[in-house]
Amino acid sequence: MSPMKNWIRSGAPWVWLNAAAVTTSILLVVGLLALIAGRGMVHFWPAAVHEVTYQPPDGPAVVLAGHIRDEEAVLASRLIESGVEVEPGVEVVNRILFKTGNRDLGGADFRWLLEPAIVKRTQPASLAVLEREEWGRFFGRVIGLKQAGELLETDDVWSVFQSMLDRADGLRDEMTDLEQDEIGSVNYRMERLRLAERELELEGSADPEALAAIEQQREELRAEYAGLEDQLLTLNEAIRRDAVIMQTADGREVELPLETIIDAWKPNAMGLFERLGHYVQKAWSFVADDPREANTEGGIFPAIFGTILMVLLMTVVVTPFGVIAGVYLKEYAKQGILTRTIRIAVNNLAGVPSIVYGVFGLGFFVYTLGGSIDRLFFEAALPAPTFGTGGLLWASLTLALLTLPVVIVSTEEGLSRIPRAIREGSLALGATQWETLWRTVLPMASPGIMTGMILAVARAAGEVAPLMLVGVVKLAPSLPLDGNLPYLHLERKFMHLGFHIYDVGFQSPNVEAARPLVYATALLLVIVILLLNMVAIHVRNGLREKYRGLET
Amino acid sequence: MNDSTQLSLENLPPKGAIVPAADAGEAGVRVRGLNLFYGDVQALKDIELDIPDRQVTAFIGPSGCGKSTLLRCFNRLNDLIDICHVKGKIFIGGKNIQKKKVDVAELRRRVGMVFQKPNPFPKSVYENVAYGLRIQGISKRRVLDETVEWALRGAALWDEVKDRLQEPAFGLSGGQQQRLVIARAIAVQPQVILLDEPCSALDPISTLKVEELIHELKKQFTIIIVTHNMQQAARVSDRTAFMYLGEMIEYGDTNQVFTNPAQKQTEDYITGRYG
Repeated sequence: MSPMKNWIRSGAPWVWLNAAAVTTSILLVVGLLALIAGRGMVHFWPAAVHEVTYQPPDGPAVVLAGHIRDEEAVLASRLIESGVEVEPGVEVVNRILFKTGNRDLGGADFRWLLEPAIVKRTQPASLAVLEREEWGRFFGRVIGLKQAGELLETDDVWSVFQSMLDRADGLRDEMTDLEQDEIGSVNYRMERLRLAERELELEGSADPEALAAIEQQREELRAEYAGLEDQLLTLNEAIRRDAVIMQTADGREVELPLETIIDAWKPNAMGLFERLGHYVQKAWSFVADDPREANTEGGIFPAIFGTILMVLLMTVVVTPFGVIAGVYLKEYAKQGILTRTIRIAVNNLAGVPSIVYGVFGLGFFVYTLGGSIDRLFFEAALPAPTFGTGGLLWASLTLALLTLPVVIVSTEEGLSRIPRAIREGSLALGATQWETLWRTVLPMASPGIMTGMILAVARAAGEVAPLMLVGVVKLAPSLPLDGNLPYLHLERKFMHLGFHIYDVGFQSPNVEAARPLVYATALLLVIVILLLNMVAIHVRNGLREKYRGLET
Repeated sequence: MNDSTQLSLENLPPKGAIVPAADAGEAGVRVRGLNLFYGDVQALKDIELDIPDRQVTAFIGPSGCGKSTLLRCFNRLNDLIDICHVKGKIFIGGKNIQKKKVDVAELRRRVGMVFQKPNPFPKSVYENVAYGLRIQGISKRRVLDETVEWALRGAALWDEVKDRLQEPAFGLSGGQQQRLVIARAIAVQPQVILLDEPCSALDPISTLKVEELIHELKKQFTIIIVTHNMQQAARVSDRTAFMYLGEMIEYGDTNQVFTNPAQKQTEDYITGRYG
């Protein structure tokens, strides 16, 4: 026999084929993660600010300051076609995507610069980057400070500027707390009063005493509100005290009020450790802060929170239903044609496109169920819907429906792996079928059930399409969990990482600026799913360890 | 609990534990006209049998002759098989257990069973033995403790496991596991104990221990054992039934069956001519 035939007979080719397939898969996954992580994580690094003198072929020279975002080579012929003059004989021209910032002055954030036309390129340490509440970043030099309209005389402008920023930051935090927590709470209670009043009206029993009580409470709330408003005004006044005078690269002077500036740093003057500290701080604020400027700036905390909360609610709903259905199908139902049909239907349900579930969720949960709930229990709030519109509850239920087949199937599989000897052992001791299930079979099947939950969580956390129909929004005014009774607001709309990626990446007014955020958000989504899964896997391994020895 | 408290099977079980039913004295098994079908296939044919109280009865016969099936009729474990139909009467303690209204869980409490392979639950040694008691709703710590010790002593396992009661039962050896399963069965105080080839997965020393145990247990329980091993049947049983192709060929005192069988088939089987 030829050696080739021997080799094939030995089975070695299959081993190699297997190894190749596994290697390819691992490389793809690792490559994908590396790409997302690489692109997403550089975003927080304090990149150098360049000052360039640019001499366009068709106009006066300008001085610009900003980050270099990208570089690419373009064919000269293409440039000539678009009306740019290129020296004869040159075939390829390098061009640079330059982030100039200062959108309030120049109109655009980005500008393409032809490399040959750049006359001078420096990285002066005096250039500062300002992160602002709106209009994106500002690049320039700090040349003076104003306090209450008066120019401030000081030797060390930068450190005074920093301390002023800290003060403004503290005030801003106070204002946010005041607005979101206290005034939010007053508004919430006010709305409840309005609803209570409306309810009385609808009942037709306009009891003057009750109405008076409501009116009195309302007066109290109004007084409370007035007090809070005064505080807010005071804070507002205080935060408006300071301003910084900035000079742009081309020499213009601009006065910026400090209330709009979130952070300021001089990247070119920073050492490695300063940069690292800055990096960690920015990465943290990305995870922990609210988004700003149509989601293209700031953090994504509400989206992380919404994703996790929704997945947890989904798990709480899907587990009992899936397990009960699986137990019934496997243990109690007569194994006939009907059961087989149901089983096939359940399996097929797992293959239905998720958007179909979204449409079902919208039609059944939101409009039918939610609408009825509104008519029955929230009549006072009508025509504004309470449950009759997309919300956390309906999104969780829709996803629970979507992941139900996975849980049912893995429950059944977990149950069928329990050896008959164990069941008979329990029955022979006088246990009923239910006692056998509850005391022996279900605990032993729990690792299998957990596997189903892991798959369900992984699928639910990554799902976006159905959520767009049943409650996810681009920007939610408040978190679904807060300090107002009943704390968990199931009817509220929420934000979701998957939808955030879509929104920031493809629906944002400033796509170029938002691109790194898309990668960073994607990375975070992967990390969140990974964490949720790892918790579940950890629990499962614990259970497996407990019921080990079954395999013998 | 200390070792000076000499508990043994002759002693009564601890107070509060399950007490055998009042008619324990007539724990014999009577079978009348028993036919059993798996679908269309008849597995047991017109079985007539009287099994005496507090003796060891062995079923022998070649594989597939129906001895395990017959054994599983006594605690109605065959109910689990959808296609299995049973006709005829089985009396245990004077009551026909084939009747529809019989509480099967109660029956199985009275008729314990030990299987071919040890099948402890994935729980601690203690919880395995206490399982049947907890099913009965007994949860008093003292009662459980005493009954578990009593059952483990009864199964000659106490000295080996008394220091590891809370460890998983899977950590025990095969022979220990089988005795644990026996302890689990006697903990609920059955009248009858069914042993389905209890030693087929055990080494000779463990087998010896289980056989000694059977001798002890028959003082208090009616024991029915299915075995492939004729020496074992001769060693442990008082009476022996030889089955072939679903029929009861011969049934009598073990001595008589092994030394002077009435049927030619029995003699052939015992002398190893077929089977």
